[in-house]
Amino acid sequence: MTDLPETTERKLGLVIDLDICVGCHACVTACKGWNTENYGAPLADDDAYGEEPVGAFLNRVHSFEVTPESGPAQLVHFPRSCLHCDDAPCVTVCPTGASWKRAEDGIVLVNEDECIGCGLCAWACPYGAREMDPSAQVMKKCTLCVDRIDNENLDPIDREPACVRTCPTGARHFGDLGDPESAVSQLVEERGGMDLMPEQGTKPVNKYLPPRPKDEEIDVLAPLLAPVADEPRGFLGWLDKALERMG
Amino acid sequence: MRQPDPDRSPKVSDEVRKTTCYMCACRCGIDVHLKNGEVAYIEGNRDHPVNHGVLCAKGASGIMQHLSPARLRAPLKRTGPRGSGEFEEISWDEALELAVSWMKPIRESAPEKLAFFTGRDQSQSFTSYWAQAFGTPNYAAHGGFCSVNMAAAGIYTMGGAFWEFGQPDWERTKLFLLFGVAEDHDSNPLKMGLGRLKERGVKTIGVNPIRTGYNAVADEWVGITPGTDGLFILALVHCLLEAGKIDLDYLARWTNAPALVDEDPKSDRYGLLLRDDEDRLLVIDRRTGRPAPYDGAGVKPDLRGKVRRAGITHRSVFQLIAGRYLSKDFAPEAVEGRTGVPAARIRRIAAELAHVAFDQAIEIDQPWTDFRGERHEKMIGRPVSVHAMRGISAHSNGFQTCRALHFLQILLGSVETPGGFRFKPPYPKSAEAHPKPCADPHPGQPLDGPHLGFVHGPEDLLYREDGTPARIDKAFTWENPMSAHGLMHMVISNAHAGDPYRIDTLFLYMANMAWNSSMGTGRAMEMLSDTDEDGEYVIPRIIYSDAYSSEMVAYADLVLPDTTYLERHDCISLLDRPISEPDAAADAIRWPVVEPDRDVRGFQSVLVDLAARLGLPGFVEEDGTPRYADYADYMIRHERRPGVGPLAGWRVGETGMTHGRGAPNEAQLDSYIANGGFWMGHVPAEGAFYKPWNMAYQDWAVETGLTDAPRPYLFDLFCEPLRRFQLAAEGRTEPQPPDHLRERIKLTLDPLPIWYPPMEDGHADPVEYPLHALTQRPPAMYHSWGGQNAWLRQIHGSNPLYLPSHLWQAHGFSEGDWARVSSAHGEIVVPVAEMAALNDNTVWTWNAIGKRKGAWALDDKAPEATKGFLLNHLIHELLPEKGDGLRWSNSDPVTGQAAWFDLRVRIERVDRDPGESYPVTEPQASPVGRGPKTVAQKVGE
Repeated sequence: MTDLPETTERKLGLVIDLDICVGCHACVTACKGWNTENYGAPLADDDAYGEEPVGAFLNRVHSFEVTPESGPAQLVHFPRSCLHCDDAPCVTVCPTGASWKRAEDGIVLVNEDECIGCGLCAWACPYGAREMDPSAQVMKKCTLCVDRIDNENLDPIDREPACVRTCPTGARHFGDLGDPESAVSQLVEERGGMDLMPEQGTKPVNKYLPPRPKDEEIDVLAPLLAPVADEPRGFLGWLDKALERMG
Repeated sequence: MRQPDPDRSPKVSDEVRKTTCYMCACRCGIDVHLKNGEVAYIEGNRDHPVNHGVLCAKGASGIMQHLSPARLRAPLKRTGPRGSGEFEEISWDEALELAVSWMKPIRESAPEKLAFFTGRDQSQSFTSYWAQAFGTPNYAAHGGFCSVNMAAAGIYTMGGAFWEFGQPDWERTKLFLLFGVAEDHDSNPLKMGLGRLKERGVKTIGVNPIRTGYNAVADEWVGITPGTDGLFILALVHCLLEAGKIDLDYLARWTNAPALVDEDPKSDRYGLLLRDDEDRLLVIDRRTGRPAPYDGAGVKPDLRGKVRRAGITHRSVFQLIAGRYLSKDFAPEAVEGRTGVPAARIRRIAAELAHVAFDQAIEIDQPWTDFRGERHEKMIGRPVSVHAMRGISAHSNGFQTCRALHFLQILLGSVETPGGFRFKPPYPKSAEAHPKPCADPHPGQPLDGPHLGFVHGPEDLLYREDGTPARIDKAFTWENPMSAHGLMHMVISNAHAGDPYRIDTLFLYMANMAWNSSMGTGRAMEMLSDTDEDGEYVIPRIIYSDAYSSEMVAYADLVLPDTTYLERHDCISLLDRPISEPDAAADAIRWPVVEPDRDVRGFQSVLVDLAARLGLPGFVEEDGTPRYADYADYMIRHERRPGVGPLAGWRVGETGMTHGRGAPNEAQLDSYIANGGFWMGHVPAEGAFYKPWNMAYQDWAVETGLTDAPRPYLFDLFCEPLRRFQLAAEGRTEPQPPDHLRERIKLTLDPLPIWYPPMEDGHADPVEYPLHALTQRPPAMYHSWGGQNAWLRQIHGSNPLYLPSHLWQAHGFSEGDWARVSSAHGEIVVPVAEMAALNDNTVWTWNAIGKRKGAWALDDKAPEATKGFLLNHLIHELLPEKGDGLRWSNSDPVTGQAAWFDLRVRIERVDRDPGESYPVTEPQASPVGRGPKTVAQKVGE
């Protein structure tokens, strides 16, 4: 119903490092703060102080427990937002052309003036990355802070998505994943960055860096310690010698 | 196809104002973007030393706190019974005159009858100064129920503590151990540090019963049994000693390991350290084999020292250490059962510590000169670093556990050396360089000195002439001699009991004592509203200042509404808990980036006003007129010592602007604002490490006004003040403790680190209550504040009790189930959830999520008020009686730290969904109404 560009000049996206995400939700509220004040309608919260608060968030963090075959259980924090897919089903399903993928950088956006709030795109997205605004009744989604990344009113260093700028551990990276020489592409290469649910065929641009091995999976290089003596008196003998060596 | 073209360069804001966050205790720098004079967006300040531009979930949600519907609007006078939440709004004049009418007679007759406790106050150097001028001995902030064990053990052992006064050398460390920290304390700096370690591939070991947050990303997780960290640490010490993997040179030069202990049980100085006639600590000088003052020029202290003086044998502390920790009692095999950490793993971790400390040592080519006058060509580093906080601190063995951890760091030579733990100015500062506490009230007069400090022996304890404790919280008594932060958690129960005496007015600031900050929430509410036979309140008057409609507000007779953090002045002062970095002293301000739209005033300015109305010395001129217009004026013009004020930056020197020492500068705050809200003064490169002994650092500290004279000192592996209390308990010295405390003092105030089981284990039957119950602070909440925040409550709106998988299965739980959780003190019925990454004998929940209906402008049906719950109902400030007729305090016997984490419970599945957590508390009326249905916050067009 709505066409995707055949190719895009750049593929802007996020690389999210699951090895270091501590699940602090900093990215969640930095995103909410910037995007409620900027692109389109504010990200509203319904029943904000009540029984079932329902707010629009463009980015959420989930936590999963993983129990490896050996070693203790692990907790993985998993930030989830639009992956700006090359084959974005949310765009093609849009009946009005409100959803589109920008030809020059691949960012998937919603033109709120054209959005009728039918919700088809949210159904089509296998990642649950789109949320209907409970107040404006238009579809909201990650814009990669399209109003920051080229914003001439910001210092060049700040021209990155709000979630990346705020992340305290440095788990979020932004760049052109279409350029194999870019820092983010290099990171994906080094760390074995992965697509989320590749079987869906959406060709997501965003990549996730998997957690590094933990606990018993790590090779420990330190040699075990050998006692200097078999009994306390022997220890003092060792001490004497050691002190002599110190001069 | 024609594409839409959204504006790529919208105007971001009209103006950016830089101030300091207060969404938790970290004090990050923030850029507040304003549009049309209103707050539009908040982000981290890239230039700020604490957060370098990043901001956590709380900080980035500050706008929702600033606009919270729970904000108080005007002073309130109680109209209904205490706890009802029924108030009338009154004017500030009426409020202040009412407060003065209560306080003035107290000050003139018995100043101690005002108890002033200030919770999560970030202006303690000011609030304590106010309380000192008032003359009451009853002042403290919340450290007693937070982490005083960590702070006191750090200062008594090495003259500084984690977090505000020191941090890992993130840039150089090669192995990082994290004990008892969930996602906070401190928040952004720790996350940034962990991120940097990951970038460099540095291993992190997380020691915590619960694997969330920082422990989730740790390379190795040690899911230790709560309350046994000290045993684990001392087993590491055993392994390192056994293998000789300790830094002998460091121990000899910079610690009291070579000090000489009186070994004669018949001596009245038994167990104390040998000193000369001038009270200088003596060591054996390896050059001469004879005793010499430890700080003598060129002295080479001998770790193997032994000497007979006046017929009494003295032997080095180091030999005591070897004797104790080489014992099989501390072998990994002896502790694996209790700690839940297999012996082989303890041995492996010890080997990793040794490998990194000694095989991967760091050398920096930076010459420096020590306090004995010796020049060193290099700075040698042992790149093992450590951070710890409440998990090891909030136990009744917490002080000794924290000491054990510092002991381990020092044995490795990794404190104040490259790659290890580094102090942040004004620290290092030895316990002896701190003031001693004062508590002798004189009607109409100020107190003789500061309320809180560091005691060095029984003679420093605070008793009245009749032998009863001088302070309402019984701080600095035999029950908890080294209570450096006071015991805020004991104030309500002691005031209610009239023990040690009755008070008249309880004056609280920013502490939710009627809810999540009390040990035993139900009893706290009862005590606050209890009446005597005449129908009068047992605690006659309560004044409370808060910015928000908290649970505590409902129990006040008079409420002084504070501003939000964006509407106020504050100083994050070097006199208090500044924002320094290891390489720089730094302080900061808050300033009103917007003016309040309600009839509220910054609490500190209210104190300035009250002080003037009360005529408190220091706050009025000789003619009785007010000295300061408000808190901002105080920040600029107050001088604690000549030339040293609350803010160190941009003072007036003899030849122009200066920093550190200098005369007040009327335009000082303008300079702070122009500089982004903070000031930094850099430590010279030669003073960067070895600070306690490094003369370049010591001289810089004097120049900067941190201290008035160089004060080098030794690390106290052997903590002599503890021994002085033991000596008294043994009956050897005067004054002596009451008999019922003797054995406990002998056991727990050991001058070398020890481990003993958490006290509750000896009172609540571990068979009947087999599980440990803990709380953690969620990453996106700061105590009870976050619940009013429309964004944050969608992240942490519920708090199930997490159960380990084996327990979940054994009890036949399934999703959506509820459990009855019982302790020796009470029971709660709460929702449960399964968690695998959890110690097998531990259950836990997020703290302070549960709310009382009617508080925080939330709907009565809000999940926080229906399903949310507090573990506090299961805790008591006293332990159960165990046959000796006594109710022992549920606190650390050294410092009085609230032993929250000693809690033991049992659980049972309940058959049906009760719908609401038990106990159910009656709703309080809301003086601010309820929040709006929809929030769609946008300031710009």
